[in-house]
Amino acid sequence: MANAPSAAPPYQGKIHEESRRLMTAWYESLVRAGERNEPTASTMISGNCVEILRSFDIATAFPEVNALQLAIRKQSLPYILKSEEMGYSSDNCAYVKADAGFTFSGGVGPGAPLPAPRLIVCNFVGCNVYIKWFEHTANFLNVPLVMIDVPFLREREPSADDVRYVVAQLKELIGVCESVTGRKFDIDRLREICAHSARAEAGWARSKDLCKSRPAPFDAYFDSINMMGPINVLRGSPEAAGFFDLAVAELEAAVARKQGPLPEERFRIVVEGPPPYPAYRQFRDLFAAWGAVAVQSTYSTVGGIWEWGFRHDPSRPLESIAEHMIIHNLCNRSLLERIAQIRRFLREWDADALVIHSVKSCRLFSAGQGDMRTHFVGDLGVPTLLVESDLEDPRYYAQAQMKNRIDAFFESLEHQRLTGAKR
Amino acid sequence: MCREALSAGLSAAAQAWKERHPGARTLGCFPVYSPHELFHAAGVMPFGLLGAGASVEITHADSRFQSFVCSIAKSSLELGLQDRLGGVDGAVFHSICDVARNLASVFRRNFPDRFVEFIHFPQNMISAASLEYAVSEYRRVLANLGRWTGREIPDGALLESIRLYNRIRGRIRDLYALRRRHPERLTAAELYLLVRGGTLMDPAEFLSLLDEALPEAEARTSKARDAVRVVIEGAFCEQPPVDLLEVIERAGCYVVDDDLLIGWRWFDGDVPETGDPVEALASSYLHRSVYSSVRHDPRRPRSAELVRRVREAGADAVLFCPAKFCEPALLDYVLHRQALDRESIPHLTVEFEEKMWTFDRVRNEVETFVESILFE
Repeated sequence: MANAPSAAPPYQGKIHEESRRLMTAWYESLVRAGERNEPTASTMISGNCVEILRSFDIATAFPEVNALQLAIRKQSLPYILKSEEMGYSSDNCAYVKADAGFTFSGGVGPGAPLPAPRLIVCNFVGCNVYIKWFEHTANFLNVPLVMIDVPFLREREPSADDVRYVVAQLKELIGVCESVTGRKFDIDRLREICAHSARAEAGWARSKDLCKSRPAPFDAYFDSINMMGPINVLRGSPEAAGFFDLAVAELEAAVARKQGPLPEERFRIVVEGPPPYPAYRQFRDLFAAWGAVAVQSTYSTVGGIWEWGFRHDPSRPLESIAEHMIIHNLCNRSLLERIAQIRRFLREWDADALVIHSVKSCRLFSAGQGDMRTHFVGDLGVPTLLVESDLEDPRYYAQAQMKNRIDAFFESLEHQRLTGAKR
Repeated sequence: MCREALSAGLSAAAQAWKERHPGARTLGCFPVYSPHELFHAAGVMPFGLLGAGASVEITHADSRFQSFVCSIAKSSLELGLQDRLGGVDGAVFHSICDVARNLASVFRRNFPDRFVEFIHFPQNMISAASLEYAVSEYRRVLANLGRWTGREIPDGALLESIRLYNRIRGRIRDLYALRRRHPERLTAAELYLLVRGGTLMDPAEFLSLLDEALPEAEARTSKARDAVRVVIEGAFCEQPPVDLLEVIERAGCYVVDDDLLIGWRWFDGDVPETGDPVEALASSYLHRSVYSSVRHDPRRPRSAELVRRVREAGADAVLFCPAKFCEPALLDYVLHRQALDRESIPHLTVEFEEKMWTFDRVRNEVETFVESILFE
């Protein structure tokens, strides 16, 4: 394997550090808002309308981020077990369980690591568990819940009625925010925020586009979490926009140097499904050992699909927020649309194979992935690996079994290359 | 008659109906609620697509859906993959859960010649814009049906369908009311089989059957047993085997209310038969729906509604019966349990699968539960 030039900076460089700095500052701002009794809210990642909350300076927490942080720090299991004692089933989404267990262990509220939200904004974008999760949180913490019901994308394009419905609900949310903060809504502020969003989205899209290079300058699955925080949590802030300016500059330089995340990029893969956060590093190492780099991933488009050109539009802020929620995020699109997205990823990013990581917790992602595999293998002849574990519950991750499956898959791919077998 | 229809299955029912109505089309309606009136008015006969129970061996669908996915999704798909959906020209799915949502896509991909519709019901019951949206969604479905069948829906057809289904729901409400008063006259299995049979019948025929059933049940003179009156909660989508209901009653319970097949009796009153019928149906979803695990309604939190159902039925206890892997039911259990505990209402969880075939453990658990209440 060839080594990267010794003069080259580490590939994760400033992106990793700056992402960590921004997310730490965001977390501290949440704590500070709680201490000062300033307005706080809670919403979910997928297709969110954080721009509206930001326009009222409402400090916004994301329960999924809390849950994944618990998992990646290997702290999730005690909270999952606690919630199972409360009556949650072993078959329920472990994100919900970790968050509920954390809340009931004193993790949320006065003097706790996270402030209690004063307002819950349930952005129902495809994931039915979002509704239950927030119903529970609202019940546990006695907090009002505002439902933003986003019609599922069930035709090729949403109807004007769909968009009108979401915009109307956003206007109702604005009324609630005015009441919670005691401030009048400022449309110019929202336009400014949407402009910041658009700049960050352009940077994120450009970063993804750079992964079409050989080698890809970063791993669009494992490294994407460094950028998913800024794009999904901090979107609309000048800091997030600046972060993506920096990211693009760093990644373009890496492309120019032909530097990738691994010493050698031997296999280009597209990954479908969320990662196993409790075993993030081990899982990654199994692919790194084979020189496999993710050049695209569906998980990184959960919050928004910016690759096809959508941007928040300052000239029509509410409509573009509604369109983002309805059309331009993975969760509110059908499994068939996701299959089409993966086909495009495979083709345009020139990938060798598809890896499906099926997680028990998230049926939105996983239900039907076997059918997806049938399509890619049977109809298209794409080498496809399907492995199962979980995104939050460490009990479902088996390293030895995972290693066997992944090794066997890449051995087979390598064999095909050596023997010149065509895909 | 209903037991026969159930054992013959969806395909047989659809084919028999089509033989009597040459050229007409049929549709399999996945749970929970489906606006049958829209399909019926369009000349498309809606039948229940409710899985396959124990009637089919899963040989293909297991490779399409993982082991942690509910049985009804897999067995419904299996019927199609084994070519056992003959006579069923299309299928409709709804925004009830993530599995049903993805199942719609899997149907579309595997059965491209069939009509597959997905309906997004509003989850915001209190927005000023919800009614307009719900009306537009129903109009979209009607337009798709029109394109599919190639015929316009005649004036007045939707209102006629609403009237027909109102009468059916009214009769079922009457039967449920009778059972609450006299559970000894109508067993859980009998009532379930009657309604389940209706999911496989032309609604006009089903109405005739209901018209006969009510006076017949009322006239019974069965002797009341010393039994615990229970409400069954959580079985709103995948349906339990009839044997499970029989075991529950034999173990010492009267089932005095339940959410079995709740989608076929969805409204707590009639859909208005005046004004614009599409708006009447849409408005009824927002304002007349019974509570359900697949519908968010801040005006009527589900746990409070469950307690109300228990009180109104004069029930002593709740049997929480979720289908294995049913995420909406399993998540609701957490808040239900807290509410029932606060109200000192005893409860027992009996998880089931449609293919379940041994009941000894359940019988033991229910008997113990019954004894703990009777001898308290």
